[in-house]
Amino acid sequence: MTATDTQMRLLIIEDDRDSADYLVKAFREVGYVADLAGDGEEGLALAASGDYDVLVVDRMLPKRDGLSLIGTLREKGNRTPVLILSALGQVDDRIKGLRAGGDDYLPKPYSFAELLARVEVLSRRRGGPAEETTYRVGDLELDRLSHRVARGKDELTLQPREFRLLEYLMKHAGQVVTRTMLLENVWDYHFDPQTNVIDVHISRLRSKIDKGFERPLLHTIRGAGYMIRDGIR
Amino acid sequence: MTAFGKLIRTTAFRLTLVYLFLFALFAASLLGYFAWNTRRLITEQITTTVNAETSTISDIFGRRGLRGLIATIENRALRPGANLYLVTTPAGQAIAGNVGSLAPGVMATTGWSETAYRRLDEQDTADHHALVLVTELSSGFRLLIGRDLEERRRLFGIVAKAAQWSVLIVVVLGLGGGIFVARRVLHRIDAMTGTTQRIMAGDLSGRLPVGRSGDELDRLAENLNAMLERIEALMMGLKEVSDNIAHDLKTPLTRLRNRAEEALAKSATEAEYRTALERTIEESDSLIRTFNALLMIARAESGQARGNMDNFDAADVANGIHELYEPLAEDGGMTLHVRTESTQLHGNRELINQALANLVENAIKYGKPVPTAPPPGAGAVGTVDQKEILIEARRDGDRVLLSVTDHGPGIPVADRKHAVERFVRLEASRTQPGSGLGLSLASAVATLHGGDLKLDDAHPGLIATLTLPALSGASDGLAAQTHDVPQKAA
Repeated sequence: MTATDTQMRLLIIEDDRDSADYLVKAFREVGYVADLAGDGEEGLALAASGDYDVLVVDRMLPKRDGLSLIGTLREKGNRTPVLILSALGQVDDRIKGLRAGGDDYLPKPYSFAELLARVEVLSRRRGGPAEETTYRVGDLELDRLSHRVARGKDELTLQPREFRLLEYLMKHAGQVVTRTMLLENVWDYHFDPQTNVIDVHISRLRSKIDKGFERPLLHTIRGAGYMIRDGIR
Repeated sequence: MTAFGKLIRTTAFRLTLVYLFLFALFAASLLGYFAWNTRRLITEQITTTVNAETSTISDIFGRRGLRGLIATIENRALRPGANLYLVTTPAGQAIAGNVGSLAPGVMATTGWSETAYRRLDEQDTADHHALVLVTELSSGFRLLIGRDLEERRRLFGIVAKAAQWSVLIVVVLGLGGGIFVARRVLHRIDAMTGTTQRIMAGDLSGRLPVGRSGDELDRLAENLNAMLERIEALMMGLKEVSDNIAHDLKTPLTRLRNRAEEALAKSATEAEYRTALERTIEESDSLIRTFNALLMIARAESGQARGNMDNFDAADVANGIHELYEPLAEDGGMTLHVRTESTQLHGNRELINQALANLVENAIKYGKPVPTAPPPGAGAVGTVDQKEILIEARRDGDRVLLSVTDHGPGIPVADRKHAVERFVRLEASRTQPGSGLGLSLASAVATLHGGDLKLDDAHPGLIATLTLPALSGASDGLAAQTHDVPQKAA
């Protein structure tokens, strides 16, 4: 895909009219081309046409269940990233969804910020710079092979987990990364902490990479999560 | 179904029929055996007597000749209840005896035979039967001695009649008994059915009648009653929980609504609207968290999560949670340590992670040491770091213990059981954020795995221990290795 600099095309397969309309509107406002399918069969037909960057699929759909839709697409060799939305938020359901071929799973009710952050990550996954060995943001540099991190001329010493946290943030530089995404991808936990445990880890990381430097790189995005980027876009 | 139809369909009645058939068969074969044996005995007796008499009379014939024979025969034949006697000449003419007629050809062959006969002095034409022995005397005379079989026939008749009666009695008694038992059982079953129907209709306080005999129906009724007891308790629990949910979710929902309403009425600037909306989102997020926790508990309690279990090391769980929460504890002015023994566990990893995380979060929130004056003269008290929280994973026999120890105020003994219940937030914690579901979830997760959650005194403080069954046969060499991480590496 060479479409990273053009508009992202998104297909929303959701039978609840209100939430579907809300999603389409919200995604269009942030610059996506968003199409809508109201049931499983229509969704499958549209998705199979193939030119979407991400599919957002409700788990329970009329005519054809969301998981079966994904399974059929994958059988046909369609690898478009799929985010599953489901009212069934439990661990087993998530695992089932991912096994069926979904790439990410978001339980309802979700915040749009969370959904958007996840869709962004999924849409960049295709052909993005994900597999480079060195990530650079401004003068911050992270070498994935030697595990070296440096800002400008200063070598930074990070704990292994801090390294993985920074690695994940830098992999998705310029994208919002939510707390849940960090907990899932850096720690591999899928529960909901009742405390601000992720914020504490972020503030430790921040004190190592941003403290004493003029330009902060690690930003808090209010109501959504964090983003690492150089300067203000 | 008619009452009779119902009766004959009962197990008791069907069993009765089977037994009835078996007993009738038994009675019939017993009597048959008796009849056959009696018949054999009588026949044997007759043959012995007849044989003896034949040899006596042959003897007389040998010693005293034909005249002696005839005299003896005539003499014997006149005795009351006498045997049958007949002497024939070589030409086949009867010369002495008491036999009027015989079946033809009886005298032609020697040896034993059964025959119909008529006595000389008898007027009626009825045939009798006899067992006779024909012997050839010297010079062609033939001697027949026999005995009437009437006795044997009568005895046989008596036995046959006895057989008829006994079978009839067995059948009548059996049917009567069967109906009686079946009715009795049916009566009790009907009573049970009635009660269960009342219970199904919604009256959960109903109980089945239990008799005093302690038989299988009583035991069944006792067990059903115990089950009803449990169902009633569960229903009560459910009702209590839904009441609690109603209360604890309605409160924040009301707050949410009030804020929105207030913002709508009073906010003038965009910034004010923004603040109100942000608080609304925060509030609904916390509601969602509460919902999720409740669903998680329900799921753990219903046992659905059993489908998603695998084997893993309890030490990894403890180390992972330590790693995640260590900075948070430090921010709260505490230190979080971990001490683990490698020990295999079979369970739902994510649920156990969450349970342990809840215990650690509780310890960080509520486990801060109570500021007290050190006891006089107790210089050594300082050996326990009051700000330390310890996560431990170790094996104890066939159980895996995952515990979190803090040195905060602890929970009074009286409150410990209570603390595990849903939505219970002990007085001390009311001011802290939280749903009051953390311990409930930990407890539900432990129960799901066949273990439990215990709260104990750490003198001072609280030890919360998740006891889980260890993976059987996994006490490998690794268990001996103890990883002690007393201090953070950095």
